Amino acid sequence: MDALILQILNGLDKGGAYALIALGLTLVFGTLGVVNFAHGALFMLGAFCAVTFNKFLTLETVTLDPTQQTPWGTAMEIRTPVVEAYLGDFGAVLINYSVPVSVLLAIPVMLVIGIVMERGLIRHFYNRPHADQILVTFGLAIVIQEIIKHYFGANPIPQSAPAMFSGTAQVGMLFGLGDAIPYPWWRLVYLFFSLAVIGLVFAFLQFTTYGMVVRAGMRDRETVGLLGIDIGRRFTVVFGIAAVVAGVAGVMYTPVLPPDFHMGMDFLVLSFVVVVVGGMGSLGGAVAAGFLLGILQSFASMNEVKSIFPGIDQIIIYLVAVVILLTMPRGLMGRKGVMED
Amino acid sequence: MFSNLSSRDWTMFLIFSGVVLAAPVLFQPIGAAYPAILQKFCIFGLFAIGFNILFGLTGYLSFGHAAFLGVGSYAAVWSFKLFTMNVVPAVILAIIFAGFFAAVIGFISLRRSGIYFSIITLAFAQMSYNLAYSVLTPLTNGETGLQLSLNDPRVIDHMFIEPGAGLPRTNFFGIDVSGGGLSGFYFTAVLLIIGFYISMRIFRSPFGLQLKAIKSNQNRMRYTGYNTRPYLIAAFVISGVYAGLAGALMACTDPLAGAERMQWTASGEVVLMTILGGVGTLVGPVIGAAVIKYFENIFSSFNDNTLNQFYSFLPEPVREAFVTVSGLFVGEGWSLTLGVVFMLIVIFLPGGIMEGVRRIASLFKGGNKGDGNAAVSGHPQAAE
Repeated sequence: MDALILQILNGLDKGGAYALIALGLTLVFGTLGVVNFAHGALFMLGAFCAVTFNKFLTLETVTLDPTQQTPWGTAMEIRTPVVEAYLGDFGAVLINYSVPVSVLLAIPVMLVIGIVMERGLIRHFYNRPHADQILVTFGLAIVIQEIIKHYFGANPIPQSAPAMFSGTAQVGMLFGLGDAIPYPWWRLVYLFFSLAVIGLVFAFLQFTTYGMVVRAGMRDRETVGLLGIDIGRRFTVVFGIAAVVAGVAGVMYTPVLPPDFHMGMDFLVLSFVVVVVGGMGSLGGAVAAGFLLGILQSFASMNEVKSIFPGIDQIIIYLVAVVILLTMPRGLMGRKGVMED
Repeated sequence: MFSNLSSRDWTMFLIFSGVVLAAPVLFQPIGAAYPAILQKFCIFGLFAIGFNILFGLTGYLSFGHAAFLGVGSYAAVWSFKLFTMNVVPAVILAIIFAGFFAAVIGFISLRRSGIYFSIITLAFAQMSYNLAYSVLTPLTNGETGLQLSLNDPRVIDHMFIEPGAGLPRTNFFGIDVSGGGLSGFYFTAVLLIIGFYISMRIFRSPFGLQLKAIKSNQNRMRYTGYNTRPYLIAAFVISGVYAGLAGALMACTDPLAGAERMQWTASGEVVLMTILGGVGTLVGPVIGAAVIKYFENIFSSFNDNTLNQFYSFLPEPVREAFVTVSGLFVGEGWSLTLGVVFMLIVIFLPGGIMEGVRRIASLFKGGNKGDGNAAVSGHPQAAE
């Protein structure tokens, strides 16, 4: 029982990341009808926003302190981050909380990147075949990935969660199971964060006039245009929002997985599977499939399961995708008539 | 029997064979005349020709073709290990295994089309890749990759000859065809020409026309009473067999097979080659493969020193700026160049190099014809 709950929890935070990326993919697909293979790169760019911010905060000044001696008899070097020198305790807090604070930085950055990407490139591909869209965004993903590799190197750059959240939570207490289920605090934070972002996106689409127009445009773009609404501009904003969602998902994931240049591609392949399983064009389906596949994956990596089906943890997601697509051709919640030709 | 090939096709075929066979001389000026790289051109050319039969004719974009390449490689290396260092059984075994594998995957994934098809093939390729790394280690030797060893049984070889001291080399009935030799190049070159001939026959056959019909309007094709599935599966298996053959040839040049050959980046590479050369054209994919492999070879060997020499005619500060900028694109940054070229091609020249050649040719032939070609440029057709 303990193991079961632990696996579900383990799956939830990964599922949260899948769901956030898949949500953005579906949003872009549903509004613009574009299959965006560069979406994983946006996730990765978000993660590197956190890295950049952290680097910036931890720029150090070196002063020599003659009162203290190193074992070699020279004056001890004291390294102080510049931010701490100028801002004092607040600077220290800022460094400690660099990951959550970078979310605030990532939002405008990703919004701009997303809008530039849509206006500069994707816009020209609305009337081209899906194969062309896949190919050009695939090329873009390679370009972004290689630029990041050039500036940040090929090695993962670990980021630390704020000290307050770096321990483990005794989740078992909640279920009355004692202290049998240790679970990292940060993953719990990530789970709630992803739920909050998903909730925000849905609320935006469901309860605002802007969102209502966007939903109407997803159903029937032409009619909305005939009503005198500049639907193209709204869809550009939606693309920006999708980029922001992917970006903040990446920022918050950095303490779980040290970001490197190919993390975007790794997640993209899985997220595409998630989108397709959830049903192309269905936002709810993408979120549900994200959590479902995350949980399934962590179940498959249990030793008990692996001893029955060796290697199942490596292929479970793809296997589920194949089975679902063959039995439910539209995915879990796909709409009729989307990408059926 | 040869009626469906026009005299123009024969001319093209003869020119193609001539260029391939004379490559060690012809490619001398651009510094790509040594057998190792020529062999790479041929192998990836075969891979791209096969991929083009599926993608170019039917329009089904598979993102998992590298899986068949990997299967072909593993089958060939196992044949080297178990039976003989002769490449003929290895190639045949690789073709059989890759074909069987493609039939199974094609049977399942061709039930869906469009993006769903791409994702299912991608899923299968990733599954094969992950399994090759983990559970199938006894078959694939995991991360190390499958290699020859001195203790291999090699039953057939042992019946005839005494094993030598070192690791044996691959041969074609006694002729050494392992990587780096001219005979090795001619072995792959002949296979490339045969593969090209078969693809040309497919393009010009009724079967090829049926595949093209699937691409242009599958529904209408169904209404006329055709069941499209068998044709699609046949095309899928044929292209899988080409990929398996390419994998086997890779193993012939260097008897080693690793799981990374199955990764989806490898599948992406063959898509890129086909697009760059020209989707749906006959020679396009081979040209695309050769261009990519050639520039990969050149660009990845560059470093700042060679760049400094290259720009040595420029004044100092300008030179440094040039070196810094172009340094991004060479050496380790070769993939960046690839990505940029890929995007430029898809954006500006969706028909690839072949369309570029056609456009230039039509410029010389005069205005009227040029307009006609520009109108169809969005839908690249077979090279006529």
